[in-house]
Amino acid sequence: MSGRRQTIACPICDTMYQVDDEIAVRDTRCIRCGHRLTFGRRGAIARVVGLAMTSAILMGLAMFLPFLNLTSGRNTVSASLVEVVGGFADGLMVPLAFAVFGFILVLPLTRFVLLIFALGPVAAARPAFPGAALALRWAIVLKPWAMAEVFMIGVAVALIKLSGLATIGMGSAFWVLCAVVLITAYQETFMCRHTLWTELNSARA
Amino acid sequence: MDRAEQRARLITARDAGRVGCRSCGLVAPLGQRRCTRCGAALQSRDTQSLQKVWAWWMAGLITYIPANIYPMLRSTELFRTTESTIVGGVVDLIHYGDYAVAAIVFVASIVIPIGKFGAIAWLALILGRPHAQDTHRLHRVYEVVEFIGRWSMIDVFVVAILSALVQFETFATINPGIAAISFAVSVIFTMLSAQSFDSRLIWDRLKEGTPA
Ligand SMILES: [Zn+2]
Ligand SMILES: [Zn+2]
Repeated sequence: MSGRRQTIACPICDTMYQVDDEIAVRDTRCIRCGHRLTFGRRGAIARVVGLAMTSAILMGLAMFLPFLNLTSGRNTVSASLVEVVGGFADGLMVPLAFAVFGFILVLPLTRFVLLIFALGPVAAARPAFPGAALALRWAIVLKPWAMAEVFMIGVAVALIKLSGLATIGMGSAFWVLCAVVLITAYQETFMCRHTLWTELNSARA
Repeated sequence: MDRAEQRARLITARDAGRVGCRSCGLVAPLGQRRCTRCGAALQSRDTQSLQKVWAWWMAGLITYIPANIYPMLRSTELFRTTESTIVGGVVDLIHYGDYAVAAIVFVASIVIPIGKFGAIAWLALILGRPHAQDTHRLHRVYEVVEFIGRWSMIDVFVVAILSALVQFETFATINPGIAAISFAVSVIFTMLSAQSFDSRLIWDRLKEGTPA
């Protein structure tokens, strides 16, 4: 591990740097554009895998627990996340339901699975699976399209808009999804591309 | 070594006759097609970058127009159907006194999309030829545009949630209007437009002799 030197270029401005392991364990920024080249966080891979696993399990759980409870008069109905997202799906609106479903559930979940598949073996000090590099690349590409946190703000706005019509309470899945959003934000602070790619590459060789 | 001196010694991968991977950062010899570390396609500069930016930008703008003209929501209450557009929805919210929600919807559905169209066009116009702008400011605008686009989806999600929840009630129905779909498509197109920028253009196109 020691003395390994790599030439990297800043992905934003193309400035070249020599990075060795001593530099890579620190928080470094590109001198020209300020882009974070290395995050300098220890145990990044293990944390990313652990947090992705936690998020994936919680997300699976959130699909089956009640998301919102609607009370009108004496009746209380609970709606699951799938019902809240796709309950309006008929005719023209089916594509919209699919898109919403993809952005808030399928894509975040896909990202967690890709990260676990790509980095799980590395975290366990085993050789990486074939296709691990492709999986990690896609996990990075999909990041802006996974919109669970945007959805949660949408839920809050919808609840306020509906407050006059019925009494709506948050179900357990609501809080579980909030937790997933927070865990994902925390996980991003460990997603140092330089570290992830260097470790994955040495696990493949 | 002070910063100015440090800056003068900076050299880009292209200056060195090499190519940097935009996915993992590893530098490869010019002419190599794929990165050996992550497998991403290598390209020293995306020469089609600005054409792609403008194409997605136009598509986004065209789909943003019906998103504002047609109703976002159609609500039926006891045989009476009302339709509301994006702007109409904000006006209703102000009317009912929900100022905070009105502000969120106004920012997410009107301020961010229009600001984004303006910011992307401004960047693309400047980067189309050599410029003497402050690279830090251009880079900041680029970062904000990349970060903020997805938050416009809030209104689409709100419409979906409202329509689903109201179905649990018997006295009223709410359906998403055609604008919800064109708005979602417009947000996707503008996100693709912002992602098509080759950020390296910001420094490449700097006029000779301008302080970076
Ligand atoms: Zn840089
Ligand atoms: Zn690469």
